[in-house]
Amino acid sequence: MTEEKQYASFMERIRAGEKIEATDWMPIEYRKLLIKLIHMHAVSEIMGAYPEKEWVPRAPSLRRKLAIMAKVQDEMGHGQLLLRVVEDLSAPLGRTREELVSDIYHGKVKFHNVFHMEARTWADAGVIGWLVDGAAIINQASLLETSYGPYARVLKRICAEESFHMQHGENIILALAMGTDAQRQSLQTALDYWWESLLFFFGPQEVTPAAKQMMHYQIRLKTNEELRQKFLDKYVPRIQSLGLTIPDLSLRYDDSQKKWRYQAPDWHKFSQIVTQNKGPKSEERMLLRKKAHEDQQWVREAMRNHNISISSAL
Amino acid sequence: MNNINDLRYREVLIECLYQMADDKLLLGHRDSEWLGCCPDIEGDVAFSSIAQDEVGHATFYYQLLHQLGEDDPDRLAFGRDASKWRNCMLVERENDDWTYSITRHLFFDQFDQIRLQAMCTSSYEPLQHGVKKMIREEYYHLLHMKTWFKQLGRAGGVATQKLQQAIEKLWPDVNGMFSFAGIEEDLLRFELIQLTPTEMRVKWEAEMKALFQQANMSWPGEFPQLKHDGRKGEHSAALKTLLLTMGEVYQSEPSAKW
Ligand SMILES: [Fe+2]
Ligand SMILES: [Fe+2]
Repeated sequence: MTEEKQYASFMERIRAGEKIEATDWMPIEYRKLLIKLIHMHAVSEIMGAYPEKEWVPRAPSLRRKLAIMAKVQDEMGHGQLLLRVVEDLSAPLGRTREELVSDIYHGKVKFHNVFHMEARTWADAGVIGWLVDGAAIINQASLLETSYGPYARVLKRICAEESFHMQHGENIILALAMGTDAQRQSLQTALDYWWESLLFFFGPQEVTPAAKQMMHYQIRLKTNEELRQKFLDKYVPRIQSLGLTIPDLSLRYDDSQKKWRYQAPDWHKFSQIVTQNKGPKSEERMLLRKKAHEDQQWVREAMRNHNISISSAL
Repeated sequence: MNNINDLRYREVLIECLYQMADDKLLLGHRDSEWLGCCPDIEGDVAFSSIAQDEVGHATFYYQLLHQLGEDDPDRLAFGRDASKWRNCMLVERENDDWTYSITRHLFFDQFDQIRLQAMCTSSYEPLQHGVKKMIREEYYHLLHMKTWFKQLGRAGGVATQKLQQAIEKLWPDVNGMFSFAGIEEDLLRFELIQLTPTEMRVKWEAEMKALFQQANMSWPGEFPQLKHDGRKGEHSAALKTLLLTMGEVYQSEPSAKW
């Protein structure tokens, strides 16, 4: 079959809603878009573990301690599952797991803006679980229909676990909202700090050329703005029902357009944070990842040379 | 001979539960400090699941204590002064490197398995039930740690060198696990436990000697005498720092619900 014919029959499968599998023929552009998206997703899960990791040792009850430990573990697990998907996709391009991980601290792969931000208080940790995971679910659920089979399957498992995370976050938030004045105040402060990041999380309003191509291949099916609107639909009423004030006086639902009007986040500031790792915690967390990876290469080598799988013993 | 109304029975039961609870919570806490920092992502996921088991076990013991009239479990975990902690020193030490954390965990899990087995027929029934469930989980922890130990020992090079250093650093703390701070005779008399500390240590040594051999590691010899006994409330600065961190949020408003 000529390349052209292969491409035509590939697109035919995409249009028919078939799932593409790892060993199927695929256009190099499709492969590269998948790698870009899933690598960023994997790394976001891993780097997303850090803001909460900082609060694991300080969780204020035994129940919360267990819950936040389980949650951070899940995020690392998501990262692991996704990395495997990327590993398979990038093997034909000669890239290894080692590189996929070291790309993080070499600044060769981006991760979500929210994970560059500081988790300053326990309330921040709660808001992360509630709203950041809430935003992530909306994003991930929209990808369940993706044309790439292995990604769709991993997403299914991730989404199931994410809904527990949201409950975990919501539980923390409810306790604070119904708590003392100081607890309620810290919750409001946390919301004020995270709001803009949460809006930015879904990405720019305009459909970029890469996003357009991803939609062409049905890697993703919804635009950034559609997802952001979904987030607002779901969370604005919930936030308000807790008696919290959203730090955007212009926020309102436009009945005629059936859309939320909101104060746009500072696109420039946040894209700098993401593309140049210039967030308040970017450097510190990337350094942590670098240390974990580079300083312990001897451990991985010791394991490889002796080839007994450790994790399978568990 | 379960005589919960006997004052001394109650006293030693409570003391013993503190020893077990505090061991577990601190070990789980130290494990959890590894989150996001393990040598690979797979290791991270596995180690974290072990950490959760440990904190879960601690919670079980604190609940038993609460049922026996001690303070609320969260207050015991987050609001207690260092001098009240009854854990052995081994579990409060800072994590150091991977070989240290793995070996510490191995040493402790082996001890814990022996202690739990010696309690399978404990005269205090609520404890007996919990112990049987925990033994199953601990079996997998021990298997995991033994596998790591063998790998690191046989690998040669840096890994084995570091493992050797870790063992040496841990050695003075081994004896502390087997201290029961003076309640050991009563524990036996009340049939709360079936073995003497010496019997437990002999079992521990036999298991570990076999493992050391499989891992090509040499046995460091006698255990040094204890200098400080954590089970008597004698602790290092590392515990104080840990407790400050662990209680930070809780103590910002101890009466609040979190
Ligand atoms: Fe996740
Ligand atoms: Fe999550």
